[in-house]
Amino acid sequence: MTQEEIVFLKKKAVERRIDIINMIFKAKSGHTGGSLSAVEILVVLFYKIMRIDPKNPKWEDRDRFVLSKGHSAEVYYSILADLGFFPKKELENYCKYGSMLTGHPTTKVPGVEVNTGALGHGLAVGIGMAIAGKMDKKNYKVYVLMGDGELDEGSVWEAAQIAAHYQLDNLIGIVDRNRLQITGDTEEVLKLENLVDKWAAFGWQVIQVDGHNIEELVQTFKEIPLVDKKPHLVIARTIKGKGISFIEGDKSWHHRVPSDEEYKRALAELRQQLREVVRHVEEGSL
Amino acid sequence: MSKKVPCRKAIGKKILELAEKDESIVVLTSDARGSASIAEFPERFPDRFVEVGIAEQSAVGIAAGLALCGKKPFVFGPACFYSARSLEQVKNDVAYTDANVKIIAVSGGVSYGPLGSTHHSFHDIAVMRAIPNIMIILPCDAIEASCLLEKLVEVEKPVYLRVGRQPVPLIYGSEQDFEIGRSITLMEGEDLTIIATGETVWHALEAAKALKRENVNPRVIDMHTVKPLDEEAVFKAARETGRIITVEEHSIFGGLGGAISEFVSQNFPVPVKILGIPDEYPVTGRQEEVYKHYGLDAEGIYKAAMKMLGRI
Repeated sequence: MTQEEIVFLKKKAVERRIDIINMIFKAKSGHTGGSLSAVEILVVLFYKIMRIDPKNPKWEDRDRFVLSKGHSAEVYYSILADLGFFPKKELENYCKYGSMLTGHPTTKVPGVEVNTGALGHGLAVGIGMAIAGKMDKKNYKVYVLMGDGELDEGSVWEAAQIAAHYQLDNLIGIVDRNRLQITGDTEEVLKLENLVDKWAAFGWQVIQVDGHNIEELVQTFKEIPLVDKKPHLVIARTIKGKGISFIEGDKSWHHRVPSDEEYKRALAELRQQLREVVRHVEEGSL
Repeated sequence: MSKKVPCRKAIGKKILELAEKDESIVVLTSDARGSASIAEFPERFPDRFVEVGIAEQSAVGIAAGLALCGKKPFVFGPACFYSARSLEQVKNDVAYTDANVKIIAVSGGVSYGPLGSTHHSFHDIAVMRAIPNIMIILPCDAIEASCLLEKLVEVEKPVYLRVGRQPVPLIYGSEQDFEIGRSITLMEGEDLTIIATGETVWHALEAAKALKRENVNPRVIDMHTVKPLDEEAVFKAARETGRIITVEEHSIFGGLGGAISEFVSQNFPVPVKILGIPDEYPVTGRQEEVYKHYGLDAEGIYKAAMKMLGRI
């Protein structure tokens, strides 16, 4: 990957965070922490990895993306709008009366594959898409992004068994491992570890990655499938609220809306990050 | 008595014929290929069969994913589990998303009889009715079941179709036309209307024959599609007969009786008597014993009609 590409993706990531904060601040509603933690994962998938066509959202050979952690709708909408699936201006209507942009995604939004928001559903839907791909001998891939708290749901593990049974090497599960759920530390609410061993025991090929490192994410997704006949699970280690100093790692920001003052501070931090990305380009160093 | 055939067997046979003609049909089940009478499907179409093990939630979610990629998935399994365990998947992944998934719920109502209420589904019409964008269909015999199944292949909408487990008498001949959402008037009459759905239709018809012998002229309607309701037929029944009895293998709350009452009370108020299972876990017994216990058999329906007419 060239330096230009890396900078391009980094810039896209900061811009998405600005969108997220704007949307949540204007709507006075949203899921701040989990949208911010998933930014690089979605940026890498949508701008670099997946084969998609914003002009033809229903293209039969497209790669599929399922936002099983549907509450991270802000980052998803921001990307779909930026890619041209729908006009960017629509983001201003997020959660507003009559808007297609509800707090959890629906197929009313061009580019969204399935309505999500109830946790523990997306993996099974992704399995159906992956099986359909195998039946039709198509080589598209299916990406399902889950939250780590979501893994408390039994339906995830039910689906995990089925994906392995059907040897779905065209299915990639991703866990946004930010270690916080609404109540607090995932390990205190309901111990999840050892996640690597668990998924491996369920028959998945497990890969761990820094979920904010763009180069690492690109490399990881490009290398999949590492083995044939196994579904792959990417555990992306992330920080909830990533990118805004006073939101990072603070459980209270699960669905907290910034005050006027916090909004200004958040935007100032993000604009500074944007300037730094651009400056690094100009100086030719990263 | 006429020939008896279980509806599930008729459907299990019909889906083979339909899959032969339409390559996009996929069948899913959750360790229920035997009880759903589809054991032959994986032998004939191994590449279009998805067994998920005892995992109803996944079966419905996977079906949604298949549908969103252009397949026509039919999920076969017990009504008690598909209307409860996987209800959230039915609501979100299927109905809310508008995925073309057909839930073929077998052994519905109290057809598992003495196995108890873990295996009964007398809540399913009520819960499905409250979910937007899913049709609810209860065929009454093997011919209606297989004909409606054939119609469903071309309906690209979520559907919950419920049949029973036991052999039931044939009501229709092969010449009958069926249309989803359009009820069938089995007997014309003006004294009162008996509207039944599913396997209670035969009992309603038998009750009507007994009423005829007492010089009562009942109308009998087979409301095979509970949602969308054939409002025109219900309106006519209310206006022309002035009294309605509803019969269903379901709770008296929120089912066919609920649907009819909601409609007539707001459009043409007439007395409605709802026959079904009262607000309790049904008595232990075979399906026909449970029917008799709660007055859902011909005798019970006959008595309810005579009472409504002030004849007893």
